[in-house]
Amino acid sequence: MMEAQKYVWEGAIPLQIHLHESEVTTLPPPLPALILAPRIGYLPLLIPHIKPHFNSTLPPGVDTVWFEYKGLPLKWYIPTGVLFDLLCVEPERPWNLTVHFRGYPGNILIPCEGEDSVKWSFINSLKEASYIINGNCKNVMNMSQPDQVELWHSVFNGNLEAYLKVSSKLKLGTAGHEYSANLNSGSFVSRQSTGDTDATGQVKTGRVPVRLYVWGVSEDFDDLEDAPQIDSWDKISYINRPVEIHGEEGKCFTLLDAVKSLLPEHFQYKSLTNEESSKEEGEDEQKVPSEEGGENLSEDVESCYPSDNAEVKLVRIQGIEPKLEIPFSWVVHNLMNPEHFLHICVCLKVSQVKIPSDG
Amino acid sequence: MDISSWDGTISLAEFHVAARALVEKWKRVSSASPPWSWVSCPKQPWVASHEVEGYLSLENIILVSIKEEHDELLSFPQKEETSCSDKEESIDIATLSQSDRDEICYYDLHIVYSASYRVPVLYFRVYYSDGEPLEFEDIKKHLPAHSAKTLLDSKWTFITQEEHPYLKRPWYKLHPCGTGEWMKLLFQGDVSLARNGAAIEVYLISWLSFVGQVVGLRIPYEMLNQL
Repeated sequence: MMEAQKYVWEGAIPLQIHLHESEVTTLPPPLPALILAPRIGYLPLLIPHIKPHFNSTLPPGVDTVWFEYKGLPLKWYIPTGVLFDLLCVEPERPWNLTVHFRGYPGNILIPCEGEDSVKWSFINSLKEASYIINGNCKNVMNMSQPDQVELWHSVFNGNLEAYLKVSSKLKLGTAGHEYSANLNSGSFVSRQSTGDTDATGQVKTGRVPVRLYVWGVSEDFDDLEDAPQIDSWDKISYINRPVEIHGEEGKCFTLLDAVKSLLPEHFQYKSLTNEESSKEEGEDEQKVPSEEGGENLSEDVESCYPSDNAEVKLVRIQGIEPKLEIPFSWVVHNLMNPEHFLHICVCLKVSQVKIPSDG
Repeated sequence: MDISSWDGTISLAEFHVAARALVEKWKRVSSASPPWSWVSCPKQPWVASHEVEGYLSLENIILVSIKEEHDELLSFPQKEETSCSDKEESIDIATLSQSDRDEICYYDLHIVYSASYRVPVLYFRVYYSDGEPLEFEDIKKHLPAHSAKTLLDSKWTFITQEEHPYLKRPWYKLHPCGTGEWMKLLFQGDVSLARNGAAIEVYLISWLSFVGQVVGLRIPYEMLNQL
């Protein structure tokens, strides 16, 4: 289904960017810059468009640009759309950000030297996704120079057609592509996977690159605007772990199954609580949580309500809250980012929120 | 473990076993040098608490510029070597030998499991005695000369600055892309490992003996001793 992918690639967040007051040296202070930021893009790529707007008022010195939202320095390697979905629970339009050209917080943020840093971060993520899907990064590492350039440019420019053309050479078919194969997508992407296939050639098992951003609230809220603001990265658990798909005959692996497999503790069935707690630590392998998820697929979705610990308030991907019963393979195929990671923002209501102390 | 079909990667549970083995053996073999320790990480209540999460840590150590000894390090230590007298020195990783322009710098080394690559990953920080971190250009000067050489293929030892998965601060990381491959090669070349069935116990030690060379960490030869 080309449509959804197209919408994702065309999606953009209107930004209103204010220069930090400490860097304003002229009166009257400059007006904020207004810019449309592609969802699948990255903030540093906007700098060439923003800088001219503030150039004349900056204090002397070398530019070390960084962005901030309500005091929180923004991690530049996280796609803009994900930052927005995560930090702006009640979507703010335009999204008001502050830009700094001085005083880079190098103890918190990884250095960014403009487009090159973003490009290499993207390519490294793509390598990681490739490794997860195929068990090696060869296809990315062996890309010809022109192809690499073409790939990056297609992302930079938000050109889906160009992207699909060059990325198809990477053979990054994901597990569970049987769903996308069934759709009349007119797909011009040839997809392969190294997962096990059954007699019909449909992929049953494999690993899917996912980045999960989880944050908890201790008090319930009905309206998003009442949701508490995230004011520290410590409040977000970043889980960079592939989802393992173990396809089962006649059963569909849903988005809910995927989220459950990454947050197994939280999805305890009340009836199985005793079994869960008797599991030995250290015996557990990565696969165990999703195997449990596989066993429990026969349960109704409704009954997968969590133990007293936590309750899912929100699952947001590319700015939408998909129904959790949607086949995971559809979600991946259509909502993933160009580096082949699916970024999922999850808000849980927990009985007690602890902030881990810094090591 | 069936070495012939193994792809060189390990599970999280196997990583824990290997980590324990590394910590214990290191303590036994080189009690004089700073120990590796396991750091457990506290987690938010919604993240699976039945899984043990953490990393191995070796901090505040001085690694010398060992350009003169690169020949020794290029070959993997053979178990047949019995002359131990000149191996004594290798145990003491705090040996200092300063050249004119060298300053003493300290390393923090962390070994973190990567769920994506299914292998251990080395994260490190380098700083002067006053705690000030080194610029990447200066770090490159301090790394052993052979790090830049083709033996350690740039594909495997590509160094990037990334956020430490637990400490959430910028650290240097050795890119893990080829690790599975060369771990498989390492083990395939050693038939006795396959027979012993103790491959996991020595996985991290073997891994570290290779990866450690990038930053100049020397593994005491006794660590690799199977007996």
